[in-house]
Amino acid sequence: MLASFQDFFRQLAEDFPRWNFIFFHDPVQADRILTGLGYTITLSIACVILSVIIGVGGAWMQGSHLRIPRMIVQGYIQFFRNTPPFVQLLFFYFALGQFTPTYSPDGWLEIPIISNVGWAIISLSFFAGAFNVEIFRAGIEAVPRSTVEAAEALGYTRLGIFRHVVLPLSFRVSLPALNNNLVNLVKTTTQAFAIAVPELLYQAVSIWNDYPSALYPAMLLLFVVYILLVGILVFGMHRWEHGMRIPGYGN
Amino acid sequence: MMKKLLAATAITALLATTTAASAAQCTNDAWNKVMSRGKIVVGVKADYKPWGFRNSDGGLVGMEIDMAKDVAETMGVKLEMVPVQSSNRMQFLEQGKIDLMIATMSDRADRRKIVGIIQPNYYTSGTNVMSPKAVGLKKWEDLRGKPVCGKQGAFYNKIVSERYGADIIAFTGNAEAKQALRDKKCIAWVYDDSSIMSDLSSGNWDAYEMPLNSEDDNPWGLAVPPAEKDCVFGQFMTGMSFNWLQSGRLIELEKKWGIQPTAFLASQKERMKDWLDK
Repeated sequence: MLASFQDFFRQLAEDFPRWNFIFFHDPVQADRILTGLGYTITLSIACVILSVIIGVGGAWMQGSHLRIPRMIVQGYIQFFRNTPPFVQLLFFYFALGQFTPTYSPDGWLEIPIISNVGWAIISLSFFAGAFNVEIFRAGIEAVPRSTVEAAEALGYTRLGIFRHVVLPLSFRVSLPALNNNLVNLVKTTTQAFAIAVPELLYQAVSIWNDYPSALYPAMLLLFVVYILLVGILVFGMHRWEHGMRIPGYGN
Repeated sequence: MMKKLLAATAITALLATTTAASAAQCTNDAWNKVMSRGKIVVGVKADYKPWGFRNSDGGLVGMEIDMAKDVAETMGVKLEMVPVQSSNRMQFLEQGKIDLMIATMSDRADRRKIVGIIQPNYYTSGTNVMSPKAVGLKKWEDLRGKPVCGKQGAFYNKIVSERYGADIIAFTGNAEAKQALRDKKCIAWVYDDSSIMSDLSSGNWDAYEMPLNSEDDNPWGLAVPPAEKDCVFGQFMTGMSFNWLQSGRLIELEKKWGIQPTAFLASQKERMKDWLDK
């Protein structure tokens, strides 16, 4: 089965030199694609989780009565939302990477504690997190003031109100917008290419540089894989949205 | 079933490769286009000193830019230069965004299937690494399992990683790759020996060396659209290339741009010598 699958694509490459689906019949290239896919999925999952945490934390700090935390969050949003993620990646990796502790396996190399994958996760999470803060803030503002006042009357602390009343309600309002942002985040992981994170785009470009005949197939593969990845994410988010639905609230 | 599937993919493939293999008849589209609009668009490098780079005013200069100027002058048209990257230069030519590509491209069998690479080859370079003297590399095998910086689009990335087990970290541009070398993120930067040599002689890389024997000496080729290769444009460029080699123009340019003289140009000049010249 696998052999005839490989033979089919080998034959296709022979008949049509521009359509060499090399990753379907050469194990080495298949391995590169799988490695890349692994990195893309790792980046996506890590960034989605971290950016949501940043979003929730930031939205909570933004509602603080103190000026300093509010200003910090505001500054953070302005910086990360208003600068290109590509530049952020380069800056984090090359400039900030200079100040992180390093270890040396051979006396000359200085391997930073935070690898390029680590910087990509940090940088992309902060980027998407800035949008998430605003998304959650919109949700929080949609929670009726009277509901919060009722909770205050019951003697809830500020953190208690946020955890048990405001966040659960606002989360439901925020989900559609959050969904959009996370989809964008998954696609933005391709920019980690700039700091040589061997994710899917990096591997695909490497393959079509090594085998010019695989250019169109590799591009096609990229589209298909991202459609599937984002499809899975959207499906999961919709299920979650559905599962959290409160009758009579929201839609 | 298999046949049907093959036929279906055949049709889609055919639709997508309209430009493929029709070299039998010459339409000379690219040539006519250049002549009628009075301007040739040449794809050159902007990050490959001293073949193609930007001077302090931001203008493109270098050995290959001088070659592009020769071409435009001979054709009697204006010259427009478009900076291309190693990883997109062939696509630029395929899509007609450029009429001619003179972009430090190694002449490889699989590339000849995509673009019309012109004979004779105008230059050659081998693969080598730039590495800090402190590392003390002696042989290619020393790279095994070590991080080595490179640039996306270079054909030897694959060779070095397969033959010597080096762990290639490929950046999109040379600037990033070299910065990573300076930042000690890799023990060496793998690239063309001729380019490394010009970096070393620039005085900015005094603590570095080119310690290995160059490998995989590979001629460079300039390219025209595939359909033009055996037609007017291709034949014209073959003539340009021949004259550059025979007249010693390239040796002159090599000197002008401070490139270490290569044996290749001297031997080509000898090979193509006019038999009446004594």
